[in-house]
Amino acid sequence: MDMTNTQVTGKDRYKAGVMEYKKMGYWQPDYVPKDTDIIALFRVTPQDGVDPIEASAAVAGESSTATWTVVWTDRLTACEKYRAKCYRVDAVPNAPGQHFAYIAYDLDLFEPGSIANLTASIIGNVFGFKAVKALRLEDMRIPVAYLKTFQGPATGVVIERERLDKFGRPLLGATTKPKLGLSGRNYGRVVYEALKGGLDFTKDDENINSQPFMHWRDRFLYCMEAVNRAQASTGEVKGHYLNVTAGTMEEMYERAEFAKELGSVIIMIDLVIGYTAIQSMAKWARKNDTILHLHRAGNSTYSRQKNHGMNFRVICKWMRMAGVDHIHAGTVVGKLEGDPLMIRGFYDTLLDEHTKVNLQHGLFFEQEWASLNKVMPVASGGIHAGQMHQLLHHLGEDVVLQFGGGTIGHPMGIQAGATANRVALEAMILARNEGRDYLAEGPQILIEAARHCTPLKQALDLWGDITFDYASTDTPDFIPTATAAE
Amino acid sequence: MRVTQGTFSFLPDLTDDQIKKQIQYCMDHGWAVNLEFTDDPHPRNTYWEMWGLPMFDTKDPAAVMLELAECRKVYGGRMYIRLSAFDSSHGWESVKLSFIVDRPANEPGFMLERQERAGRKIAYTTRSYAVNKPQGERY
Repeated sequence: MDMTNTQVTGKDRYKAGVMEYKKMGYWQPDYVPKDTDIIALFRVTPQDGVDPIEASAAVAGESSTATWTVVWTDRLTACEKYRAKCYRVDAVPNAPGQHFAYIAYDLDLFEPGSIANLTASIIGNVFGFKAVKALRLEDMRIPVAYLKTFQGPATGVVIERERLDKFGRPLLGATTKPKLGLSGRNYGRVVYEALKGGLDFTKDDENINSQPFMHWRDRFLYCMEAVNRAQASTGEVKGHYLNVTAGTMEEMYERAEFAKELGSVIIMIDLVIGYTAIQSMAKWARKNDTILHLHRAGNSTYSRQKNHGMNFRVICKWMRMAGVDHIHAGTVVGKLEGDPLMIRGFYDTLLDEHTKVNLQHGLFFEQEWASLNKVMPVASGGIHAGQMHQLLHHLGEDVVLQFGGGTIGHPMGIQAGATANRVALEAMILARNEGRDYLAEGPQILIEAARHCTPLKQALDLWGDITFDYASTDTPDFIPTATAAE
Repeated sequence: MRVTQGTFSFLPDLTDDQIKKQIQYCMDHGWAVNLEFTDDPHPRNTYWEMWGLPMFDTKDPAAVMLELAECRKVYGGRMYIRLSAFDSSHGWESVKLSFIVDRPANEPGFMLERQERAGRKIAYTTRSYAVNKPQGERY
């Protein structure tokens, strides 16, 4: 790669015709990003024969001011400022043909407080650009100046815990199953049993909205009966994520208002409603003292494959800015995609006050979070009580562990399933706090706890050996021994 | 019934030795341990009575256990007593761990009152049976 500065300046720069992007000012190897710049890191796979520098400069150009040919109207603007600047291109370790391109964008390119505007630039046109075979947005550095224009999580981890009066352990949840087909009355039964048995939350699934088998008002009414019954029989605050996802904002607001009127502590939305709708619901949630749960429905269509789309850690950043309180961020040991190091990176992005560069975790930039609230990660999909020590080890205590099948599928019923999970969790926290090597002794700790809890013994007998051992597709590019720059 | 607030309510009541180890864990993290008690265990009763100030400067779990023993002498078996640990570091500035260390011998639980309203809506009120009696005479 020829890394020299190739920028053409003066009158020649604006001569009509086509000019390489790297000559137009979109490649500036000497540029030092300002503290107020937004920085994006792309994984660029150029078409065969295309110079990686030119491809990376093209990404900078097409995601900021450029078009395919020189236009004289650039000269009516402070165009040097508005051009995104690719300032560094590295070959990706062990991935021939792929390059990491670092691109800096001036703050004035973006509208304050708008994820829609930010993303319209950064992922707007450029992913379909012909000169690249594939393109993936890997990470972003959001400057404090821009972060401060966002509300951030409506509630945040600390206030959520205070409202629920639950500290020092992961929260426990379950998604109602079967995910489709239950009537409101039967659905509420699952909610009641699970909450009474010991869970903190139950959850609508992503595609539970208002279908012929159960319309939304009916679901809300029965679920809140279940939540209140469970609260009264345990003395604990309980919640059910009422999914307010609907076809229009007006309908979502109507459902959210109804949830509030019924006294629900939490509502839920799906990622597929779009960034603007998410920001609107976050404002609503802040205004109405409601926790906002986000189900990441649809993300794997663009986040799973390594060479194209965007990394989920970027979604985590955007969603923390957009203002959700919960987001599904992987389980490591469950049934869905998730490399342990990558998931640690997602969790750090959601929970840190200040994130340091950690290439093994896929964190390419130092990120100051400027006192934006923390987002509670949610681990859901194919997890069970027998994995409690691993879950605590990989995910820590600020997480909602959601055992859907692992609660509802218990041979002695839903309450028993919920109790098994709660006992396993509390026993593991107790052991960890006592200084035991809970990861190594995990199975033993669970067996000890099961001596005074038959439901836990039954859960361990049934699921103890179930694992989902498949290779991840989204893995770190930097292994521990690599000596990468920065 | 058994009120299951707090981190370890689903386990058998902790022994003093187990409580002491949890206090040690809190102190190792620099959190201030605090004792509180109440005879109104409503899930949204945030402000339990404080047994003195949070023990910001106490470094020995045995000292907390002494306080707990004193508190139990007065309220043991007829109040809920909880031990909580407070983390004052920036970005948290709240409770890090909280669990019940003593509870009334008999827990009558809560009544759920339903006020029917238009459109099948119900306004729910959770009421502890014990609070029908005046404070101090409830358990």
